[in-house]
Amino acid sequence: MWDYTEKVKDHFLNPRNVGEIENPDGAGEVGSLACGDALRLSFKLDENKRIKEAKFKTFGCASAIASSSALTEIIKGKTLEEAAKVTNQDIANYLGGLPEEKMHCSVMGREALEIAIANYHGQKVVKEDFEIICKCFGVTDREIIKAIREDDLKTVEQVTYYTKAGGGCEQCHPKIEALINQVRKEMAKEAPPLQQEKKKLTNIQKIKLIQETLGREIIPALKADGGDLELIDVEGNKVYVALRGKCSFCPSSEFTLKKYVETKLREFVSDDIELEEVRL
Amino acid sequence: MKTVYVDNNATTKVAPEVLEEMLPYFSELYGNPSSMHFFGGQVQKKVNEAREKVADLLGADPPEIVFTSCGTESDNAAILGTLDSYPEKRHLITTRVEHPAIGNVGTYLGRKGYRVSELSVDREGRLDVDELRESFTDETALVTIMYANNETGVIFPIEEIGEIVKAKGIPFHTDAVQTVGKIPINMKKSKVDMLSLSGHKLHAPKGIGVLYIRKGTKFSPFMIGGHQEKGRRGGTENVPYIIGLGKACELAKRHLDEENTRIKVLRDYLEAKLLEKIPNTLVNGDRNHRLPNTVSVSFEYVEGESILLLLSDLGICASSGSACTSGSLEPSHVLRAMGVPFTAAHGSIRFSLSIYNTKEEMDYIIEHLPPIIQRLRDISPFWKDYLKSQGKG
Repeated sequence: MWDYTEKVKDHFLNPRNVGEIENPDGAGEVGSLACGDALRLSFKLDENKRIKEAKFKTFGCASAIASSSALTEIIKGKTLEEAAKVTNQDIANYLGGLPEEKMHCSVMGREALEIAIANYHGQKVVKEDFEIICKCFGVTDREIIKAIREDDLKTVEQVTYYTKAGGGCEQCHPKIEALINQVRKEMAKEAPPLQQEKKKLTNIQKIKLIQETLGREIIPALKADGGDLELIDVEGNKVYVALRGKCSFCPSSEFTLKKYVETKLREFVSDDIELEEVRL
Repeated sequence: MKTVYVDNNATTKVAPEVLEEMLPYFSELYGNPSSMHFFGGQVQKKVNEAREKVADLLGADPPEIVFTSCGTESDNAAILGTLDSYPEKRHLITTRVEHPAIGNVGTYLGRKGYRVSELSVDREGRLDVDELRESFTDETALVTIMYANNETGVIFPIEEIGEIVKAKGIPFHTDAVQTVGKIPINMKKSKVDMLSLSGHKLHAPKGIGVLYIRKGTKFSPFMIGGHQEKGRRGGTENVPYIIGLGKACELAKRHLDEENTRIKVLRDYLEAKLLEKIPNTLVNGDRNHRLPNTVSVSFEYVEGESILLLLSDLGICASSGSACTSGSLEPSHVLRAMGVPFTAAHGSIRFSLSIYNTKEEMDYIIEHLPPIIQRLRDISPFWKDYLKSQGKG
């Protein structure tokens, strides 16, 4: 059974604003019977160009109906500029959260709104301009890219939860994976992660920090495999260690050292650390 | 709120007589049946009695009964235990509508380099026996075909299939998890070599299953361990559950008539009333070859999870083949294999009855389901479109 919030249950059992507005100022529809859910949204503006009335009709599960109901409540009283800023996360938040597997219900709300606003402006959101990545559910690259960016998605599974893409035959998974890599690279470039300012350390502070890091991050894992590691010396950025126990005759120990220990020390102590193994 | 439980293909209530029979074997009579002393010996005697009761329900010999932990283990053991006995044969025949305990083993074997033929079904969920005839190769190690489908209740012609398979000299397994206790089975007259059953589908607890292995069938143990179950399944016997299953099989034999008379009448009554009261409703599966307790109905233009939650709000427990209830995004593989149109597949509900259901409960469902469907259709954009297209809008 899905773990729905009380708010989701309330909006499912008592949906607000069900119906279709006659002669609406804007209307949009997403989804289909084949997809398992669909939402038809319509709105009317008042004299101040604010949304006076919003109505929906939805075919779908409880969270699809609740998301649609929430959407109409959220946008009422907003100008179209304000409404255009409503994200799927806003819809989910309004409902006190949705199970991650059901996030696509909130995305459906956001998409219907986008189409309805475009419809008001006399425009069309044309799917044909974009590449359909997921053929089972007809999801385009544009929708997937938007979801990766707005909802900070990192895995194919998450993309499926949010957009349904990849939830059918799974043949498009490599394409989705490629899109995630591409978009996350772009995102990383746009906002480079803040380099953590690592304070300049005195030699004693540095040795202490290295010892702490080895003791916390590395030695327990080695000990679990019957090995150990001893700090021999520190000279500038060079750290000398010796492997003990099983590690000392393990053929992959060099790999263990270089890849694992050095990364950890660079992360926690200093970016320029170089590791040397000594045999004592 | 009263509970109307009509989801017995998912799991059943443990019969009070079953529970009563089990209890002493947790606390007082906790011996290991393999032990030499009297304390274990008295337990072994009860395990043997349980084995006889299971065998009696199936028309089998007690040594042909192997206790397992669940239906899934029985299915896995049947397939992998057979393939292990025929390492040179790399082909398996099954169907597109199996339970995941078979279907996903097929997928797994496909990745391991086996060839897996999945037989299709028609719109009524019936198998094409000719397709089976064309699927055999010299490499075929096993044919595994379910006895009856868990979602639609459609019964496959297992004996007719058995004739064909055995004429080829190929081992034949059937997943009868939904079948045992609902229709009579007699292994003495059957062509089936191996058969899986699960305790919790027939009023025994969850966590106990059986793999029937016909005498003389080649089989390598799937659970490798001690000498238990004559070396065919390692692991200390789950004594209380085995005793519970024995009792449940004894009761099931006694209730077989009732399943096929009173329960069938209740199911048919529910089905007829729903079809009569709710427009655009269809029954999924061949109504002439069906388990007596199961009905799968589809309500067009509405979605199954919504129906289930509104039913649940009234204490009615059923299940659905809709996408949203399974956690996946696609409707049930069974309905898709049958080619049920999308208008109906997403709105499918399965009611599965047991001997504990009453006519009053059916009337309660019949009273409350039509307004639920109407309410959801009023919210659905497609219902109005449909009415318009029919000139009724």
